[in-house]
Amino acid sequence: MSSAKFNRPPSTRWHILVFLTPTLLIYTALMVIPLASTLKQSLYNRVDDTLTFVGFSNFSKLLFDPIWATGFWNALSNNLVFFVIHMALQNPIGIALAALLANPKLRLARFYRTAIFVPTILSFVIVGFVWKLILSPLWGVAPSMLKAIGLGWLFAPWLGREDSALIALSLISVWQFVGMPMILIYAALLSIPDEVLEAAECDGIVGWSQFFKIKLPLILPTIGIASILTFVGNFNAFDLVYVSQGAQAGPNYSTDLLGTFLYRTFFGFQLQLGDTYMGATIASMMFLLILFGVCTYLFFVQRRLQRYQF
Amino acid sequence: MSRPPSSLIRGIGAHIALAGYTAIALFPVAVIVINAFKSRAAIFSEPLMPPTAKSFSLIGFETISSRGDFLSYFVNSATVTGVSLALILLFGAMAAFALSEYRFRGNALIALYVALGIMIPIRLGTVAILQMMVNGGLVNNLLALILVYTAQGLPLSVFILTEFMRQISADLKDAGRIDGLSEYKIFFTLVLPLVRPAIATVAVFTMIPIWNDLWFPLILAPAEQTKTITLGAQVFIGQFVTDWNAVLAALTLAIVPVLILYLLFSRQLVRGLTAGAVK
Repeated sequence: MSSAKFNRPPSTRWHILVFLTPTLLIYTALMVIPLASTLKQSLYNRVDDTLTFVGFSNFSKLLFDPIWATGFWNALSNNLVFFVIHMALQNPIGIALAALLANPKLRLARFYRTAIFVPTILSFVIVGFVWKLILSPLWGVAPSMLKAIGLGWLFAPWLGREDSALIALSLISVWQFVGMPMILIYAALLSIPDEVLEAAECDGIVGWSQFFKIKLPLILPTIGIASILTFVGNFNAFDLVYVSQGAQAGPNYSTDLLGTFLYRTFFGFQLQLGDTYMGATIASMMFLLILFGVCTYLFFVQRRLQRYQF
Repeated sequence: MSRPPSSLIRGIGAHIALAGYTAIALFPVAVIVINAFKSRAAIFSEPLMPPTAKSFSLIGFETISSRGDFLSYFVNSATVTGVSLALILLFGAMAAFALSEYRFRGNALIALYVALGIMIPIRLGTVAILQMMVNGGLVNNLLALILVYTAQGLPLSVFILTEFMRQISADLKDAGRIDGLSEYKIFFTLVLPLVRPAIATVAVFTMIPIWNDLWFPLILAPAEQTKTITLGAQVFIGQFVTDWNAVLAALTLAIVPVLILYLLFSRQLVRGLTAGAVK
């Protein structure tokens, strides 16, 4: 503090500290320190009832010891499938809807926009149960609707079957979150200057080719942001699985994601006791994965996109 | 209006596509709300029909009012969301003002330090947060949730508000300084009113995840008297799984408040986005 005092006039600068302190205090105390201490705990474990520094052995246990590794790799690969389905459907659908909505001549645009965003504001608890009820063979809403359009044979209790539960859950999550890329890309499309589009029209570039040649390159950075938000959200997803399939992520762990795996490990369930240190190890693993994904995006993707921005 | 036929067809096509997707988005919600007001027999015999005079029934809501304490859950959720939101907006705006207005050593570093929190989910620190709350005696206390949500919301709030505050003209603030206003007065009376649209955007974006969160209420405040409505609905539905009337009514009660809030603020959402925050 004393060196700072010499560099700046002390009478006028105290307010900076006053303005910054609450944010820095709360953010550091509840986010940075817990995260750092979780990372630290992943390097410790109980050996003969004493807390010991074990280096990376928790991590090697998680990755290679069959007791942990089976669950971990299962959750990780499920999580990858979950993410791939999101990327393959959520962004294209979001872009298509946004492109339709951004047409200035379109009537009812506000109604469509508001309605399509509704699922995004609902909690996972609601979404999970709503779809569980609709897909339930007991109630019969889904089968009777499929029957009405002649596809009744298609129906199966998707959420209850090992081979389809994860895909069904991913689709439900896509249904819920399509509004996010849609609204971000919609805003980006609206912010493209009219001069750019008029210039394109003068050159005879209209309709589809205008979208793909002019608009799409200009909104790529936004698509990138939407993708990275999806990535972070997917790799820390928990609620939807917990609500619709339970902490066991059934059937037979086929819908287990890293989030539910962390929850079970940390808090335990049924006969298995909670394990703070392995829980911290899984959380750290998730942290590293998310950090790796975000950094990859920032250094390799976004840098190349910059030149398109105006 | 003589539009070329191709653009007319394209217009109709756009409406069909959008209306189709709107139906997909709203249908599940509509089915739940419609059936919440029907008798058990009608729920199963014709799930897609709206309630008629014959099938209308409020039995599900009666079960809820006698068995679950949804009013207290609702108050808890409103308290947690309201207080966290107020803190996020006030502290976030203060920090954003400091970062956008003053040049001082470490400015860029602090901005980066706070911005990191946008990408890293606070959930990953749960193990340590729970230990901290246990040590501080804050388990099953709404204050624990408020603190966690404030920390979770601050990074985005600081980031968006800093961008907005950079656009405010320096002349205005300098005029205030010449008139002898303190820096605090300048912040509260000149700057805050000008960033109101941005504040509304931040509010919408931070409010939804707080209201909907299941993870932290489940871990930090699962007691009956501190349950939020999201957790309360989850537990209630889990217990009443076979009572379809009660389940549908509980879902309806959980949907309606968020829906009303959203309809009130939906305009702000796009306006804030297009105004230059998250381009």
